[in-house]
Amino acid sequence: MDAAITGTQAIFEKFPNEPAVKALTTIATDAKHDRGELTLTVPRESIVAACQAVKQAGYNFFEDVTAVDWYPSEPRFQISYSILSHSLKRRLRLVVRLAGDDAAVDSITGIWPAANFYEREVFDLFGIHFGGHPNLRRIMMPEDWNGHPLRKDYPVEGYR
Amino acid sequence: MSPVAAPDKIIPGIEDIIADANLHKHGTDPVSDQTMVINMGPQHPSTHGVLRLVLEIDGETVVSLAPDIGYLHTGIEKTCEAKFYQQVVPLTDRIDYLAPMTNNTAYALAVESLLDLEIPPKAQWLRVLFNELMRLNSHLVWLGTHAMDIGALTVFLYCFREREKLMRVFEAVSGQRMMTSYIRIGGVSLEPPLDLYDKIRAFLVEFPSKIDEYEGLLQNNPIWINRIKGVGYISPEDAIALGVSGPVLRAAGIDFDLRRDMPYSSYEKFQFNVPVSQESDVWARYVLRMQEMRESVKICLQALDGMPEGRIVADAPKIILPDREQMKTQMESLIHHFKIVTEGFAVPAGEATSSVEAPHGMMNYYVVSDGTAKPYRVHMRNADYANLQALETMCKGRLLADVVAVIGSLDIVLGAIDR
Repeated sequence: MDAAITGTQAIFEKFPNEPAVKALTTIATDAKHDRGELTLTVPRESIVAACQAVKQAGYNFFEDVTAVDWYPSEPRFQISYSILSHSLKRRLRLVVRLAGDDAAVDSITGIWPAANFYEREVFDLFGIHFGGHPNLRRIMMPEDWNGHPLRKDYPVEGYR
Repeated sequence: MSPVAAPDKIIPGIEDIIADANLHKHGTDPVSDQTMVINMGPQHPSTHGVLRLVLEIDGETVVSLAPDIGYLHTGIEKTCEAKFYQQVVPLTDRIDYLAPMTNNTAYALAVESLLDLEIPPKAQWLRVLFNELMRLNSHLVWLGTHAMDIGALTVFLYCFREREKLMRVFEAVSGQRMMTSYIRIGGVSLEPPLDLYDKIRAFLVEFPSKIDEYEGLLQNNPIWINRIKGVGYISPEDAIALGVSGPVLRAAGIDFDLRRDMPYSSYEKFQFNVPVSQESDVWARYVLRMQEMRESVKICLQALDGMPEGRIVADAPKIILPDREQMKTQMESLIHHFKIVTEGFAVPAGEATSSVEAPHGMMNYYVVSDGTAKPYRVHMRNADYANLQALETMCKGRLLADVVAVIGSLDIVLGAIDR
């Protein structure tokens, strides 16, 4: 296995021809190539612009968005977008980091309508808000449920 | 950034769902301009589980449709975080319960990527063999239930006749018919019994004639043709925008199959065709899945012919449970067994995504490790969840009866959607 490469500068030098790297040269704040997977971190204000840029660079298929709760460290939430290119046959991970007391990010449903259910799921299970989402309601849990089960401060068993 | 409301203040109810369904403008005439909102499921027999649909209909025409899911949500992702890595394998069986070994493979691939394990060829071949048998298993259930929804009850019995033979194969190899947990981190759990390859071969040699038999029941049946031809169309652009994958995407003319285009587990060493169709209706999906079954038979036969010799697990004594005989005679093996069972094994920190071509489409496992023996986060991306989003596009403007045909053609499993 190749050793992990971290840092935007190292990634830009190592993969100068990767279309996603080219598209996000000015936007990305952090980058990682680990276990054959390319991860680019973008600030939360530019996630819509970043998705637009990688879509134009050939990453045409939205796969997945999910979150990781790094409680109690800050920034607490990591949102991972997984985007596939049918023509390049490659996968890209975009990451946005959010503070625990301001867990909100813009919705990308305008670019890929497929993100609709996935963002609702993250909203439901993590309590992360997606601004501009057309229908931000709980999807898995009952509508009157309190709390967000996949947060790390939510117990696996016993009383809440 | 303009959040519309604070997260905890949104407590939606059925009124919201109906309001969603009522988004379009109504006229003033109380009879001819009014639509009706009806409920379908979660106990409806043709929703393949506990899917609930809120349908707005104008006469018999579907105006809008909103899926309501979560009735089978068991919090598997949360449960995974409280288990050791090896204890997650049985949980993954229960996601897409028509193809448990495909789930096992996807999870194992993600963890193996984190551990940087090298899987011996025999284990990879066995994975391919059982992944393809799982595809047959899943497609048989799809065909039987899909035909039953449309009124051809006989096909169901014929499909389950063959499925029973597959179940016996799975039982012979793993001890379980459905929740097999056969594919483990680092390889597979058991050496197949001596006569199993012959049994599988006998099944595979006979199986194409059984596909002919199903087609004999359906292919020229005027009811079947009229119910599904030209129904449930989705354009390739819409299919990609809505995240559709698997047979439904290939039926829309997008030639993409992970087994061929992003091979995993030695799929690059097998010769097979990827059926593609341009029509993108329920009929095209039916034809395509029937062709896929024939291709799966070819892959299985290649796997049986070229089955390598050797170990069935990676050489990693701190991760893989030792052989029982060794455990009873060797001190190190006993220690490793005790340590793995009581403490698990630490996985290097990092994140990994695996992606396999499941019977229903693209199945991804996203595993995040913080360096301990329990996964920090496991997330499953199943094709069923995204494919369900395309249901409204496929059904809009069509008759209510077509909804049943389209749900059947999407081949959804609610265990994979609700998790």
